[in-house]
Amino acid sequence: MPITEHPEISIQTADFSLADEVALLEQDNAVDGAVVTFTGRVRNQNEGKSVTSLTLEHYPGMTEKSLASIISQAKQRWRIGRVKVIHRVGELFIGDQIVFVGVTSKHRKDAYAANEFIMDYLKIKAPFWKKETSEAGENWLDAKGSDEDKAAQW
Amino acid sequence: MIKVVFFAALREQLNCSELSLPSEHLTTVAQVKAVLAAKSEQWQQLFANGSLLAAVNHQMVNNDFAVNAGDEVAFFPPVTGG
Repeated sequence: MPITEHPEISIQTADFSLADEVALLEQDNAVDGAVVTFTGRVRNQNEGKSVTSLTLEHYPGMTEKSLASIISQAKQRWRIGRVKVIHRVGELFIGDQIVFVGVTSKHRKDAYAANEFIMDYLKIKAPFWKKETSEAGENWLDAKGSDEDKAAQW
Repeated sequence: MIKVVFFAALREQLNCSELSLPSEHLTTVAQVKAVLAAKSEQWQQLFANGSLLAAVNHQMVNNDFAVNAGDEVAFFPPVTGG
């Protein structure tokens, strides 16, 4: 796992445990009553094609800065406590976990909103790219306009 | 010198992940792009793609952003993480 100066961010090839991540968000944290987590996984199909695997590439260095900036914006907009963002890279298979976003706050509203904001911005700002392997061969995924629209709502 | 890096589909299509360019006469991202596009017909076509994104020193920027000696300039397709 690469050494990172951002303890809230991890870019890794290894899988992660939802239970372990929740435990870390809750550990010695008596002030926050809300813990909101999102986990993204590899689907078995995309646009009608059967997917067998995804290969994720990223831009080391920029990825961490981009995610740190998104987290910092979330902290300015909502009263949130702890944040953790994990994104896996390399080859992933159907059902594998790809991404985790965990946010805590005193009350649920802030954690819900901040979690969705972080995911929406990660989708359009963080330098990750997915290459799909399906029955049709290998193919780099195109960005979706709907992701831009979603992030523009914030 | 300016270090230029490429990612994802663009990296594969160029068959190149990084190169260095002399920094004289290069003052903007657009100029870096023009020098790269002049390399071959294929590079010209790839850099004519208006959806390509650029970053300077890990910061997403526009084409008129200034570049300086020692900078790392990156070009890549729209991102698809998450």
